Amino acid sequence: MLTFTIRRLLLAIPTLLFISLVIFLLVDFAPGSPMSQIPLTVPPEVRLRIIEAMGANEPILVRYLLWLKQFFYVEPLVLIDSLFGTSHAEGMQRIVSWQSRSPVMDIILERMPQTLTVVGSAYVIGVIIALPIGIYSAYRQYSWFDQVGTFISMIGFSVPTFFTGVVLILVFSVNLGWFPSIYDTSLRVTSWETFLLQAKQMAMPVAVLALYNASQISRYMRSSMLDNLGQDYVRTARAKGMAERIVVLKHVLRNSLIPVVTVIALGIPTIFGGAIITEQVFKVNGLGALLINAIQGSDLPMVQTLTFIFAVLIVLFNLIADVLYGMLDPRIRYD
Amino acid sequence: MADGAAPVLDVRGLKTVFRTRGGEVHAVNSVSFHLNPGELLGVVGESGSGKSVTMMSLIGLLPSPPADVRAGSVMLGNRDLLKISAEELRNVRGAKVGFVFQDPMTSLNPVFTVGNQIMEPLMRHMGMTKAQAQIRATELLALVGIPDAAARLKSYPHQFSGGMRQRVMIAIALACDPDVLIADEPTTALDVTIQAQILELVKDLRKKLGMAIVWITHDLGVIAGIADRVMVMYGGQVVEQAPVRALFSNPQHPYTRALLKTIPSLTGDRAARLQVIEGQPPILIGAPTACPFRARCPQAFARCESENPDRRSLDGRPVGQGHDVACHWSPRGAHA
Repeated sequence: MLTFTIRRLLLAIPTLLFISLVIFLLVDFAPGSPMSQIPLTVPPEVRLRIIEAMGANEPILVRYLLWLKQFFYVEPLVLIDSLFGTSHAEGMQRIVSWQSRSPVMDIILERMPQTLTVVGSAYVIGVIIALPIGIYSAYRQYSWFDQVGTFISMIGFSVPTFFTGVVLILVFSVNLGWFPSIYDTSLRVTSWETFLLQAKQMAMPVAVLALYNASQISRYMRSSMLDNLGQDYVRTARAKGMAERIVVLKHVLRNSLIPVVTVIALGIPTIFGGAIITEQVFKVNGLGALLINAIQGSDLPMVQTLTFIFAVLIVLFNLIADVLYGMLDPRIRYD
Repeated sequence: MADGAAPVLDVRGLKTVFRTRGGEVHAVNSVSFHLNPGELLGVVGESGSGKSVTMMSLIGLLPSPPADVRAGSVMLGNRDLLKISAEELRNVRGAKVGFVFQDPMTSLNPVFTVGNQIMEPLMRHMGMTKAQAQIRATELLALVGIPDAAARLKSYPHQFSGGMRQRVMIAIALACDPDVLIADEPTTALDVTIQAQILELVKDLRKKLGMAIVWITHDLGVIAGIADRVMVMYGGQVVEQAPVRALFSNPQHPYTRALLKTIPSLTGDRAARLQVIEGQPPILIGAPTACPFRARCPQAFARCESENPDRRSLDGRPVGQGHDVACHWSPRGAHA
């Protein structure tokens, strides 16, 4: 397993380099200019100076290699510096956002907590709800619980989050006034009251995303359980006189979790990607909102860096899913 | 074993019905049989004749719904398994009655070690600690002829061959020293040499442990080799029941006769085509009012259409004890 992991990690390097190049080219070929948001009253020679100052006039290869150096060399050094108080990165050029002129990594770190609290807790809650529902639905297939559960999950799965989000805002913010419709990032949890406020403003975006995640995962869980409940080994376990609880929660569940764990692990990078649309609907200024703004402003370094980080996470969690698969299923041995 | 000894298992009038959209399927229809201590009862019949369903009905292994065990009694010792609670029945399964299934490739849980799966019933029924169960599991693996048993406990099913897995299944079934072992076509999925090994193993274990065995199969050769008594099933009913010699030397039911004719002969004329029983097995929707074999029976006559035959004794002994048959026709020509 260890050699497999190391081999996969090494293989990830060329993969990621290739991905970074593709992203860079795509972003660069996309229409739009970093100047599009500068007022037309700014004279052309000044515009040219701005472009030169940003380095946007350099050949694409130079910009790509520069970005690579900044991402893989300068930024880690900056991280080391901030962790240990050293000054290795002094005087080096970091990746700088064209829009805000501040380092991309600082902005990302600033936005990360909002996304992780909202989207992350929605994912965790979704998984926690989904697993028992999926298990019980399958065990009592075609019962009223299963019928209701399957119906709700079908709705949760097929209705887009921007729709459920707006419906929730209409009902709970506009009509009932229970929850705020706008997420206040500046809120700091310092007391019970602020904690309640935070819980209130998280409630709706978390509910929307958790419903979506739970619908998806409970469907996987249910179908995987159904696949296994009919297997011969289940009959064997019953013939041994094992209690139903052990038959279902040990024998069947352990087998059913194999594909579901993979799905859950592969879903984690999407948390970091932020639920772009939901963040927009509830005005959570997390990573998703950051990416949208950067795309609109043709902020190439920001788009490039964010997209690449998502790519890294996807590759990483793919590997984690594979390793988990091998741990859960003894028939899979990679070495 | 003497017929006088109290049977370990006594099944009377067992009826199992499956509720389906097309109607009620009478899969097991008034089946009665008994099993004496240490005896090996062979159950023969083609696919869909109700062999497996009968045996699974006994110990509540059929999913309900759709299955519904309607009537009858299943006496194991002095308890009626159809009357006791689900929890009590679980205490019987795996402890008093061991089950070996047809396909060893899928009957073991792929994600748990073989040791874990053998130890489960030991800890459940015998109240053993993990350490005790481990010792017993090692003994059991050695008993069913798996070399290096202690090390093999840590193996997973996929690391075993089909024959080895069936040995493991037998070890699980025998773990708690059951009175009755039900083997549901245990050699059907194995190739012939492994089949022979498993047969030898079961014969050997029977000598050592003395449990009674119900052996379900559609292989008459296997039955001839190991059974004491044979029960032939067709369409969810027992059509003939006899000691093994009597059945092979003097088959009475037209189905049994036809079945014996299908065995290809190694001697004699090579040109002869394989014998088959023409037609299809019956569809068992609705309660039977006629003989289920009538459509394929060369001897069928009017009464077979109007009346489902009861089992009648051929040798003066009570039905189930000696040789009995459920047929209106008699080879001597006399219509019973």
